[in-house]
Amino acid sequence: MLIAILMSGLAVGAVYALIGVTYNVMFSASRVMSFTAGQLGMLGGVLGAAFIGVLGLPAILGFILTLAVCALVGVLTEIIAVRPVLNSLEQHLYVLSTLAVALLIQQFVAIEWSTEPQPFPRLLGVGGGGPTDEKFWLPMLACAATVAGLEFLYRRTLVGRAFLAIAEDNFAARALGLPERNLRMGSYALAGVIGGVAGFASGQLLLAFFANGAMLNFYGFIPVALGGLGNNRGAIISGLLLGVFQQAANFTFGGVFASVAVFTVFIVVLLAAPQGLFGMPPQRRV
Amino acid sequence: MSEAQGLAMPAPRGGIGGMARQVLPFAAIFGAGLILPAVSNDYWTLIATRAAIYWVLVSGLNLVVGFAGQLAIGWVALLTLGAYTTSVLALGNVLPPLPVAAAFSVAAVVGAVFGLIVGLPALRLRTFYFAMTTLGFATIVTQVALAWQSVTGGGIGVPGPMLPAPFDTALGFYLLCLALAAFCTWMTANIAHSRFGRSLIAIRDAEVAAESAGISKPRLLGAVFLFSGAMAGVAGGLFATLQSYITPEAFTFDLSVLFFIAILIGGRGSILGPLIATVVLTWLPEFAAPLVVWSTFLYAALLLVIVLAVPGGIAALLDFRNRRPLESNRAVQPHPELLPDILARGERRHAITLRNVVLSFGAVRAIDGLDLVIEPGRIHGLIGPNGSGKTTTLNVICGFNTPETGSVMLDDAPLPPGAPQTRAATGIARTFQTPRLIGEASVLQNVMVGGAIRGQGSFVESLLSLPRHHGDEVMLRAEALRALRSVGLDALAEVRADRLQHSELRFLEIARALMLRPRFLLLDEPAAGLSAEEIRRLGALIRAIRDQGTGVLLVEHHADLIFDICDHVTVLNLGRVLAAGTPAEIRVHKEVVSAYLGA
Repeated sequence: MLIAILMSGLAVGAVYALIGVTYNVMFSASRVMSFTAGQLGMLGGVLGAAFIGVLGLPAILGFILTLAVCALVGVLTEIIAVRPVLNSLEQHLYVLSTLAVALLIQQFVAIEWSTEPQPFPRLLGVGGGGPTDEKFWLPMLACAATVAGLEFLYRRTLVGRAFLAIAEDNFAARALGLPERNLRMGSYALAGVIGGVAGFASGQLLLAFFANGAMLNFYGFIPVALGGLGNNRGAIISGLLLGVFQQAANFTFGGVFASVAVFTVFIVVLLAAPQGLFGMPPQRRV
Repeated sequence: MSEAQGLAMPAPRGGIGGMARQVLPFAAIFGAGLILPAVSNDYWTLIATRAAIYWVLVSGLNLVVGFAGQLAIGWVALLTLGAYTTSVLALGNVLPPLPVAAAFSVAAVVGAVFGLIVGLPALRLRTFYFAMTTLGFATIVTQVALAWQSVTGGGIGVPGPMLPAPFDTALGFYLLCLALAAFCTWMTANIAHSRFGRSLIAIRDAEVAAESAGISKPRLLGAVFLFSGAMAGVAGGLFATLQSYITPEAFTFDLSVLFFIAILIGGRGSILGPLIATVVLTWLPEFAAPLVVWSTFLYAALLLVIVLAVPGGIAALLDFRNRRPLESNRAVQPHPELLPDILARGERRHAITLRNVVLSFGAVRAIDGLDLVIEPGRIHGLIGPNGSGKTTTLNVICGFNTPETGSVMLDDAPLPPGAPQTRAATGIARTFQTPRLIGEASVLQNVMVGGAIRGQGSFVESLLSLPRHHGDEVMLRAEALRALRSVGLDALAEVRADRLQHSELRFLEIARALMLRPRFLLLDEPAAGLSAEEIRRLGALIRAIRDQGTGVLLVEHHADLIFDICDHVTVLNLGRVLAAGTPAEIRVHKEVVSAYLGA
């Protein structure tokens, strides 16, 4: 029982954490919180099921295609919904433009794919439905791989350092001659890939379902809010904790009360610490 | 802003005509609604009923989203609450059945309470965060409705309330909804044209200026969330009646999207725009059957187009008045001789006193042990190089920055740190280095915001257009016009503030500050961006303000202006007083000349 709670908790927690990282990657590059983060996760599941389950492509090819499409969606988001409103960040138009794009994606999938949850094909056939089933450890593996990959990217590669530079100080980075626009598009592509990985790896757990987008938007945002904007470490820790907490409440009290409990904890923590548990102090206003 | 400005206007070409022009579109829409049942069939009456019910909710939400700028995207949760409250109370499956009117009243109260609960995080959270909490709340309410089977019937649902005659027919119910929708329009229009509506927009577009004008964000937003929640609760009851049977599935997130998007497509800060948008969006999917499936997709696409192409929405498209070109080569010509009408001379003995104030930003000491006295009836110049702590000093006095040590006193009483909204009541007014104005509001409305705390009427009195509301409006409009005349902007009173030249914005901020009849006026670089002639006129205006007994703190880089009009000058460097004295003493002060003025 305990093992089951822990495994399913860490599995969904890993997905929330990855969506949190998706938010963060987009935020770092553009100071924009995008409603498309959860939809990218949803697309990962739906596209995986479509490519492998419906079209019958080999799993690895389906995986690569899924990530490619998600990266493309990320770049399109940047071009359509983010770049045009970057000049007026203080008006928060990005909340509306990214919400619009997120709704477009969600509705398109609902109409063209299905409004019912569809099965996601087995990838490796490891584990027989028990706590060691691949549907539990695949998301965790994806999370660990993403953390390692991001760490390598940010610490060891020039492009990664450039990402960090524009996240740290956009103006200074541009003054140094960094191609800010291309790096921003690159970040959105990267966010698309991370969201896609999260959705693909959790496909068997969450199924290929259009409504997962809105769900992941909310549960993926909680780790960001608690961990502090742009703080990936905070997002991963908070995401995993959130997953375990939610599943524990789920097993002990039932689904509705788990949702209410998560929501209440979220609101209380946010009101007590609006900058998140690992966040930075507010800036000057006048 | 379009019609929201209308009634608050001085209406130069006949007040009645201007008013009629504002009311006409509403009369046309509701008139068309009245004759609709006579000229069409039950189906279109049903669609119109739905639009009217949606508008009951959207009109209230409009004050939250369109006016206060709080992105509440999950408002369908309150519709759900209202629908279940009326249905369950009228059905009597929990308590003994209540009369329908009582059930609707309880729904309004429940809606108001939850409106406040959902809304309050807005006081602490930033836009996206707040949007997410409302979204989360909407998800929770649906889940609870599904799970709480003993009360809500779970997925099977409950029957909606049955209204008594004459509202039990389709036509009777439609006319009831239409009347309620008209009533809501009237109430929200009253708020829009009151000091509360202007304060809401000020919170949205110029929050810092709103605080300095003494506007209390918690109280104002609290009132608006209560009102908006109550409207949503009533709309929920009507919705349940219309549906005749409700399940959690009836309250999809798509409805929330419709409400939210109707306001943005209509245009923020407008009432006519969102009304038109609500009608159109409700009607649009009926236009062709295949569109029903694609309706939310269509709304989202519309939202994207509006945000990117016409951020002002329908209201901006209908705002013909502000497309007329303005006269070029305008020059501000203040009339300082009018100031005695605005700033009545009173007995002024006390002063603002800063003692040993220290304030750091990280490792930088912005103010390092500052002593400063601002006396009434004198102009105190504060000069110094960039980063010497001038604006920070002003922010400490105004309560935006909290000093680490030291005291800030007014008349022997400490000014509470970190509470900028308390300053207006003590008679301290200020302007900003970068003008903080409501670009979409008229010049006159911007000035009226400055006098928000001088109104007597309550939110409810404005809602119902009671006498004290009218008294406040007449008083504020007259005073604002007088203030505009004194700074020389009266000819531009009707123009949108974002169409003004930079120099005019500086004078506009002074006019807004004068609305408080300030005992102390703090000016942050008022001469920046002004021509030499305008600086001379500004100097005369500041002198005239001083002559009425108001103490002026003038932060400036224009040395000529400082030495011309100041009675006393303090020079700051690295957060410390480098020199203090009369202009004549400062002009020849060795260190000041070498550090700042230049030889």
